[in-house]
This record gives sequence, structure tokens and C-alpha cells, in this order.
Amino acid sequence: MTDAIELPIAANSDVVLVRQRVRTSAQQVGLSLVDQTKVVTAASELARNTLVYAGGGRVRIEVVGNGARGGLRLTFADEGPGIPDLELALTDGWTTGGGLGLGLSGSRRLVDEFDLDSEPGKGTRVTVVKWAR
Amino acid sequence: MERVPILKLGDVLIVSIQIDLQDQGVLALQEDLADAVVESGARGVIIDISAVEIVDSFIGRMLATIASISRVLDAETIVVGMRPAVAITLVELGLSLGGVRTALNLEKGVALLEDRDNARAVAVPR
Repeated sequence: MTDAIELPIAANSDVVLVRQRVRTSAQQVGLSLVDQTKVVTAASELARNTLVYAGGGRVRIEVVGNGARGGLRLTFADEGPGIPDLELALTDGWTTGGGLGLGLSGSRRLVDEFDLDSEPGKGTRVTVVKWAR
Repeated sequence: MERVPILKLGDVLIVSIQIDLQDQGVLALQEDLADAVVESGARGVIIDISAVEIVDSFIGRMLATIASISRVLDAETIVVGMRPAVAITLVELGLSLGGVRTALNLEKGVALLEDRDNARAVAVPR
């Protein structure tokens, strides 16, 4: 079962659209209200990161399933400057953008699977999955 | 850009966020509220977020900043109506909203401000 859509993240209004689209998909997959709220919040953080740190990018929203249960996979990709030190970037409170430094580290806590792939000069890809319980 | 209306009731400003705000809208609210506190001489600010479906780190920081700004301007901020799912998510995200007073709903928020005013009247007899 795969059902995917892709959205651009090029402006602040796109961050709102990503939140709304992720909410709709999370409901479709049957996530509980708390889990919907968690994954939408994570999506908001990651979409804003894509915009602020890379100047924009895109997100792929996929409904996934492993037979037993459904889930939502979000892939945020950009061709921005990349992250030189992944471990540091995942530390609570560490920021280069003047924020609170909770975007990456906080989103990781809100989802079930979190994968960060980045290389300086080549861009960043963050993939998260939230499973229905 | 969408703007959130600021209502005045006595010496309290009341804001109810009913739309999914873009980041600029959040920043505009911060500035509008600071202006409104000074202009009206309000002693309290109540922000109702009962219609808000998520509070991410940006909105969370805005709430904390509004609380700090109003404190400097001699007004107390109370955030009311947070949904349970939002509270759970906020804490897991790592935001404790330290320095922001909360109340379960608008009525309790107003009562908190009144209690504070009464305490102030007792503490400073004329």
C-alpha cells in the first residue's frame, strides 16, 4: 500500500500547507489524535528547517504499511548547504539559525523512525516515520 | 497577511488564535500585542489557544516571548485552553514554556488575573 504526494517548500505559506496535508494523511492512516499532533508538529519543524537553512526544498508524504499496521513516512529533501556535524545538529539547544535548537532533536522524539542524511554542499534529507498503534 | 484581532475587556487584552498562523503572522501578533499593552495600559494578556491544533517550537517561543515582553511592560500573560494532545507534544518536543503562566480555560485565566490584582491591593495598602 503506497500512496504518495509531493509538496514544494518555498515559502512560509508552504509550511502551513505541509502541516495541513500531513494532518489529512495522518487521519487517513488512522493515527490517534496525540500521534497526529506529534507528526504534524514534527513536520512543521522539519519544513521550517528546510526553508530557513536550505532556502527551500520539498517534502514527500507517503502512506506506508507493513501488513500489520499503517504509517506515515515524510521525506524532507533539499539541495542546501548540508549539515557538517550531524551529531551536533541533533543536540538539544544547538542552533545556527537563531531558533531554540529543538527542530531536529525535538522532531526525532516525536516520531518512531528518524533518519538524517546530509553532506556539506550536497543538501540534506530527513526521513521520519510514524506508525499507527 | 492574516492578523489576529486583539480584544480589550477592562484592563485585560484577550487574543484568541483561530487560524493556522504563518510564521509572519505569529511575529505580527507579538508586535501588535506589545503595542496594544502600551496603548491600553493593560495589566493582563490572555491568549486563548483552544483552537490551535499544534504548537511547534516557533509558536512556543512566541508565547514565551510575549510573556516576557508584557512582563517588562507591567502586564501578565496567561495562555489558556491548551489541548491535551498539544501539551503532550510540547513536552516531548522539549519545550517547557517556562515563564509562561497557563490556565485550563478563559474563565480560569481571568480568575487568575483577578486574584493577582486582589493580592496586589492587599500588599500595597493606601
